Amino acid sequence: MVMIHTSSPEETLHLGQLLAALLKAGDVVCLCGDLGAGKTLLTKGIAAGLGVTEDVTSPTFTVLQVYEANPPIYHFDLYRLEHADELMDIGFDEFVSGSGIAIIEWADKFSDFMPEEYLRIEIMHGATPETRTIQVQPQGNRYESLVEELKKIAGSCFRNVNTGF
Amino acid sequence: MSKEKVFILALETSCDETSASVVVDGREILSNVISSQVPVHRKFGGVVPEIASRKHIENVIPVVDKALSIAGVTLQEVTAVGVTYGPGLVGALLVGIAAAKALAFAVQKPLIGVNHLEGHIFANFLAYRELEPPFLALVVSGGHTSLVHVKEYNQFQLLGQTRDDAAGEAFDKVARVMGLPYPGGPQIDKLALLGNPTAIHFPRALSTPGSHEFSFSGLKSAVLNHLNHAAQHKEEANHADVAASFQAAVVEVLVAKTLEAAQECCVDKIVVSGGVAANSCLQSTLSQQAVNAGYSVYFPPPVLCTDNAAMIASRAYYKYLSGFTADLHLNAVPGLKLQ
Repeated sequence: MVMIHTSSPEETLHLGQLLAALLKAGDVVCLCGDLGAGKTLLTKGIAAGLGVTEDVTSPTFTVLQVYEANPPIYHFDLYRLEHADELMDIGFDEFVSGSGIAIIEWADKFSDFMPEEYLRIEIMHGATPETRTIQVQPQGNRYESLVEELKKIAGSCFRNVNTGF
Repeated sequence: MSKEKVFILALETSCDETSASVVVDGREILSNVISSQVPVHRKFGGVVPEIASRKHIENVIPVVDKALSIAGVTLQEVTAVGVTYGPGLVGALLVGIAAAKALAFAVQKPLIGVNHLEGHIFANFLAYRELEPPFLALVVSGGHTSLVHVKEYNQFQLLGQTRDDAAGEAFDKVARVMGLPYPGGPQIDKLALLGNPTAIHFPRALSTPGSHEFSFSGLKSAVLNHLNHAAQHKEEANHADVAASFQAAVVEVLVAKTLEAAQECCVDKIVVSGGVAANSCLQSTLSQQAVNAGYSVYFPPPVLCTDNAAMIASRAYYKYLSGFTADLHLNAVPGLKLQ
């Protein structure tokens, strides 16, 4: 895994853009972190990196927002869901095993129902209101190689990157 | 001879509520049934919030039956069937669309697809018979914060919307962190009455003149930081002051941007709709400042602020008059924009 420290919302956004270059159709990104941690902000960065020009807004109310990009982005927010069977109702499995990139906010609420392999990103508050510690953890072979790539790129873009583990 | 009355049966299933309504001539509500009011729903031990499209499937026919029976109208007497086709959650939208198509097909009546956001604006036509376009609309709810120039019944221009969180979402999330029960908006409104709105200065994003866009994510984070900071230092944050100061920040931005947009559009009426339209601070502040500036202001009654099918029926009526009907290929458009 890799830990990246960002010192401003702009840097968090930039990290999303870097990640976008490593993602491909069928990938799943699970985003975890408290309210206001920056999950939607990181998603904005990923979407921008994939060429989405419209505003990426919080999907809390709608649960799912789809952005037409190449590949398409399925932006989920499980914040308002209370029962796992609601995942079936929103077509979760069909989107997640589909031909786009699935980005799932509040994935920890239903961790037993996530696919076998995914990229887990946890955003934690840092020492000051603007700073964040972002832990990127692979689950499965595909994502282990993705994290190796990320280490190379992030190392040259961010001052404070902890690798190893 | 008076012209024949137009009865619109409309369905709304874009998010949590299953709703059906019968409205006459776009203005008079004969019935407006919302799922949570239907006892049969409780029998199934309804999940709240009912995001599940399964719940919509269970509710939709009982809700339509009830709407028709309260209205005293048979399905054959309905002139046309309206339904929300976006924006919203695809699975939820499809339930309403499938039901509306089947009903329209069964009695060979026109089908009309309605944009949910336009529906919110039209809620005001049900409450105020004299209201007519042009006007400026502020749609502010858990899912939307948008300024719309309504030029005619079928002509809208989206001036700006939120770049991140909707205003109502910020209310709910701040309330949740303060431990207030759901829905958070009315709770913050109540608590704010006991607090000092100038106690804490929270940021007002994008407040430079000329921008019709909103951003509430930074404000939400600032409030959460304030609460976290107090907790870390083992201090008791004054929740009433936090609620009042947060609400003041939201309302100040909403009011300033609304008045600026109204001036730019050269209209003399301002129409507010969506769940946050029920907020007492927004109502009093906007009313006062708008009236001082020479505008008439309209807020719908609370039942028409939340998602409901009557507003969809009103919108469908004006589309029907202009011949904007759909065929049976009508599909859900989850990311539907204003035309």
